[in-house]
Amino acid sequence: MAKWEYSPAPESTDVVDVKSSYDLFIGGTWVAPVSGQYMKTINPATEEVLSDIPVAGEQDVDEAVKAARAASKPWQRLDGSERAKYIFRIARVIQERAREIAVLESMNGGKPIKESRDIDVPLSAAHFFYYAGWADKLQYAFPGMKVKPLGVAAQVIPWNFPLLMLAWKIAPALATGNTVILKPAETTPLTALLFAEICQQIDLPPGVVNIITGAGETGAALVAHPDVNKVAFTGSTEVGRAIQKSIAGSGKRLSLELGGKAANIVFEDAAMDQAIEGVVNGIFFNQGHVCCAGSRLLIQESIAEAFVEKLKRRLGTLRLGDPLDKNTDIGAINSREQLDKIRRLVGIGEQEGAEMYQAPCDIPERGYWFPPTIFTGVSQSHRIAQEEIFGPVLSIMTFRTPEEAVEKANNTPYGLSAGVWTEKGSRILWMADHLKAGVVWANTFNRFDPSSPFGGFKESGFGREGGLHGLEPYVALTP
Amino acid sequence: MAMTEALSMELVERIGGSVDKVGAEERAAALSKRSIKKDSKLWALDLAVRCIDLTTLEGQDTPGKVRQMASKAIRPDPGDPTIPSVAAVCVYPRLVSVAKEAVKGSSVKVASVATGFPSGQMAADLRVEEIRRAIADGADEIDNVISRGALLAGDEQAIFDEVVVAKEACGDVHLKVIIEAGELATYDRVRRASLIAMAAGADVIKTSTGKISPASTLPFCLVMAEAIRDFQHETGRKVGLKVAGGIRSSKDAIRYLVIVNETLGDDWLDPDMFRIGASSLLNDLLMQIHKQRTGIYADPDRYTQD
Repeated sequence: MAKWEYSPAPESTDVVDVKSSYDLFIGGTWVAPVSGQYMKTINPATEEVLSDIPVAGEQDVDEAVKAARAASKPWQRLDGSERAKYIFRIARVIQERAREIAVLESMNGGKPIKESRDIDVPLSAAHFFYYAGWADKLQYAFPGMKVKPLGVAAQVIPWNFPLLMLAWKIAPALATGNTVILKPAETTPLTALLFAEICQQIDLPPGVVNIITGAGETGAALVAHPDVNKVAFTGSTEVGRAIQKSIAGSGKRLSLELGGKAANIVFEDAAMDQAIEGVVNGIFFNQGHVCCAGSRLLIQESIAEAFVEKLKRRLGTLRLGDPLDKNTDIGAINSREQLDKIRRLVGIGEQEGAEMYQAPCDIPERGYWFPPTIFTGVSQSHRIAQEEIFGPVLSIMTFRTPEEAVEKANNTPYGLSAGVWTEKGSRILWMADHLKAGVVWANTFNRFDPSSPFGGFKESGFGREGGLHGLEPYVALTP
Repeated sequence: MAMTEALSMELVERIGGSVDKVGAEERAAALSKRSIKKDSKLWALDLAVRCIDLTTLEGQDTPGKVRQMASKAIRPDPGDPTIPSVAAVCVYPRLVSVAKEAVKGSSVKVASVATGFPSGQMAADLRVEEIRRAIADGADEIDNVISRGALLAGDEQAIFDEVVVAKEACGDVHLKVIIEAGELATYDRVRRASLIAMAAGADVIKTSTGKISPASTLPFCLVMAEAIRDFQHETGRKVGLKVAGGIRSSKDAIRYLVIVNETLGDDWLDPDMFRIGASSLLNDLLMQIHKQRTGIYADPDRYTQD
């Protein structure tokens, strides 16, 4: 036993008020689903049921689209500076209710409170602040062009960053004058429903934001609805492909932010302890439930042994457990389904002959958990080097030259992000030029800012979120 | 294995390494957010008391001041026998004999600064002489400053040699080498100076004199702890760490302990391996211990000012 065991330091759940059941948020009010169906949402760290959530059926989807359509014209006609006021208000209320939102996010999604508190919630507020600033300056964003909103946007988001993905979707849509119907992920609807309350709190005109809950079928019905002008989706490549098929020929605009299998590339001259932290942050941040996670480590052969040894020692200091404990580094896996997927792929990694190392840690009895895991002796042809695991599992490979590092890093169907670790500035620039990835981080990883565009190459999707570029998917431009 | 390895700069080259400023500061900031509560807080506060080098290094220092401080070091809280003694008192060489007499019969050690403290701008023969005198007067530990000027001029060998000579003069007496991180300015150089001091035989490496700003910071502590860990990995030898200067609150002390705990581990959570050089920190620790045990803050005047 360690000499100094940190006592439990859980964040209190008194600040949140989870209702036993929710309705759909359509046209500015709460309405029971016509479908009559409900599903349960749970806390993945305890498997305890938190609430009953409505499952929106086709008729409910239709109501939501109608509400968004009805709100569209007045919202478009509103002066940009007036729209900005609403968006600023949203940002401010997110800040005011930050603790409540962070606790709820951790309860429903399993992520450590230090992440929801220090990253998800502040970044969400920052996105609204940022796009509020654009609302009355759109003509400067696209000089010489006439800028018009698209109309009604259908937005479907994943469970890994429930509120942050909502912010990435809703903030630019509102700033550009669109109205939205957002469907949060099946397993993590609670902060989106809290966001609906915030829309009421700031007197957002009814129908500008509609939140409907449900599973895959609800999302499919929403994107397929004929009166939707724009579809934005973040999630798996498989679903993204299905969406693209279903709306082909409909004239709907589409942006997709899909999977990834990012390489974190460490050169022999890198500052080693900080590179270790970057690798740890790259793959274990949010339990590896990150589309741009650095799930492949490419390490220069000359330092591979020493680096892996250091990395293993570092894994031993990661604290896995109660997501609400302020000292927790690794929280719960989001769902039973995701845990099964991680286990299956890890099993395949072992069968394929890669060598597995797992950090020694106590796994709580209830809930969904997976220890930080690394694989060494991985080849490009291994499935764990190719497929997105979306869990705390790192595949380690080596390289000898910068050319080989680039070749291996690019040798994947994805192209969302990459990390380069070296003390040599010229090498960073050369690597960034040659890596086929939407984001290349140098001597850091998983760093986000609302003013910086984010998005992928190849099967990682198209369209950008964040920055000036993030306005483009929501506007029609004419000379 | 390498315990008997001849002292050489070659060892410094072999361990090498560099530090990324942004990453190191981020890591230190992340560790400073650990939430230490209840029993774990009480344990840390008690350890912090035991790790203190109670220090007075002023032109105003007198035998009377040193005697009073020594008494405080032995019994930090006269009303509470459960409060342990601090690790050592730290004084200028002229006051070593007074301090030695004052701590007689207790566990408290006497540490003396030396080698032209705080600037280190002193001729080589005088540096050694100052160490010898302090030891002759009874010092158990020597807090030695390095010639930062030589290091900044690129003469690493000079630093290495002066630490070797200092260690020779110390013999079995504990040698703490102050690298004065704030004057080295870059983390790369902080790491380098730490490695040189360890390779040359330092028993402990220490952040700062407390006389210049910045003194000790959490990132300095982190970078030096990482150097100690890498040195141990390469040689098998465990070198101690002392942070000093500007550490006044219990909260700060706990943050340093967290960095040591999560970088170096259990073995360093001990006054033999970790020290905090401070003067005003002790009363805040006593106050926080009282608060933690009883739930209420005592009147600051309940604690003696020595």
